[in-house]
Amino acid sequence: MQPLVDLFPFILFSGWSGMLIASALGVILARNPVHSVLFLVLCFVISAAIWLLLHAEFLAVALVLVYVGAVMVLLLFVVMMLDINAERMREGLTRYAPFGVLVGLLLAAQLASVWWLRGSDAELLAQPQTPYFSEGNTRALGELLYTEHLYAFEIAGYILLLAIVGAITLTLRRRQGLRVQQVSEQVAARAKDRVRLVKMPAERDE
Amino acid sequence: MTEILGNWLAFLPAEAVEAVASLVAILALAIVVILCVAYATWLERKVIGFMQLRQGPNRVGFRGLLQPFADVLKLLVKEIVIPGRANRWLFLTAPVLALVPALAAWAVVPVFPGFAIADLDAGLLYLLSMTSLGIYGIILAGWASNSKYALLGAMRSAAQMVAYEIAMGFALVGVLMAAGSLNLGEIVARQSGGVTQWFIFPLAPLFLVYFISGVAETNRAPFDVAEGESEIVAGFHVEYGGATFAMFFLAEYANMILIAALTAVLFLGGWDSPFHGLVDPGWPVVGILAAPSLFWLAAKTFLFLFVFLWLRATFPRYRYDQIMRLGWKVFIPVTLVWISVEAVFFTLQIGPFA
Repeated sequence: MQPLVDLFPFILFSGWSGMLIASALGVILARNPVHSVLFLVLCFVISAAIWLLLHAEFLAVALVLVYVGAVMVLLLFVVMMLDINAERMREGLTRYAPFGVLVGLLLAAQLASVWWLRGSDAELLAQPQTPYFSEGNTRALGELLYTEHLYAFEIAGYILLLAIVGAITLTLRRRQGLRVQQVSEQVAARAKDRVRLVKMPAERDE
Repeated sequence: MTEILGNWLAFLPAEAVEAVASLVAILALAIVVILCVAYATWLERKVIGFMQLRQGPNRVGFRGLLQPFADVLKLLVKEIVIPGRANRWLFLTAPVLALVPALAAWAVVPVFPGFAIADLDAGLLYLLSMTSLGIYGIILAGWASNSKYALLGAMRSAAQMVAYEIAMGFALVGVLMAAGSLNLGEIVARQSGGVTQWFIFPLAPLFLVYFISGVAETNRAPFDVAEGESEIVAGFHVEYGGATFAMFFLAEYANMILIAALTAVLFLGGWDSPFHGLVDPGWPVVGILAAPSLFWLAAKTFLFLFVFLWLRATFPRYRYDQIMRLGWKVFIPVTLVWISVEAVFFTLQIGPFA
């Protein structure tokens, strides 16, 4: 029984990796674009699970929170709204397949080089279990981001802010002659400006 | 509990006993939550009936107490109709996707002193990510039904949830700053010591924003444009019937109870007693009430659940553009300002932040 328990992380890792690869294939092979997006969501969720195996709890939760909970929701929306002709999109599949396979192999080679580096005495890989992990890596990440990497972190924040401002400026346009409500005027309206109470004697029919 | 199980299951390795113990805990909590959901529906009909001078359900069992079970039985034996051109697979997956996050989020809620199914250090983040997943069930239900009303309901609901999630997240940032931890157990522990220590006072604006965003997030009245009976029939679940509809129903009420419990945990000290430290726990009856226990979390959750029902019976439905305005232009600035105020308090060591 005991060996099985020791094998458990490995079983989980292989199971999830297999599912991850299968759902990644689903993203590019699904006939329906909405299904593709959902396969991508599944990819993110499984990646988060694999990160949890590595005790990277903050990254795992952040991946689900940011990508699954926000980015993919919007992407799913766009895909649902657009009437994408799946047949026409699939025409390019065989044409671009060699290029795709090349990129895939390149990525695989880069990942495989980790194996080779493990053998060498690269410091980072020799000691993947940093002492930070003992007290939860959310705090550790926070401390690093706001002290050592403060500039990089702030600059990334400014770039994102610029992107937001840019996106809003590009889409913000006021059409002429459009009747929209002025909320401030609505809120500022007072009853006595709008309604005139008239006092008049009751009429009598005599 | 792990010890008792360990004696029974002595032939299994320690890890397996642990797994069985957490399975038992999960099952127990899930059953309690589902029973609470059943009685929340009964309570809702009774409370709204009372507010509208009606009787509410009073035929099945004493004062209608068995009504939820009659409803469940009815829904389960009804036929599930799948619309002709619906996406069959997604149509049936959507209710599951709506229900699972609503139950999964309970994993990190500290139910009574020293107990939560998963005592995660990133508990607050986990909660945020689970509540943000519930939206998939609604969007997919709207799209897979292949119905205009359903799609309109899904669109409204998604825009609303995305808007209020941000305000909710910022409100949680305030709690995180005050407690100095993402762990929900520690957040409750920081508020222990009676009513004066609760975060509701220093974080009053965030408390309001959080609870109202919670109402919006669960698509409850007055934010129920996603269902809007008078406009789009029933919104995203218009094509659902029988057991599939029951799952959406279950998800909505489970989410309501979750938001109520979380408001209690984050701002009202969770299982902590309001008289903590004021009364000697050695006293006969008052002492039991003064001790932190499950009772206080249940009582506070019930209070907020009642507010949910009260709101529904009181307010007319918001207009869609007003909902968006409230979320983006009122709540987000309020939370941002209060977080800055909190930061100033911290640096100057004022009040509870010293």
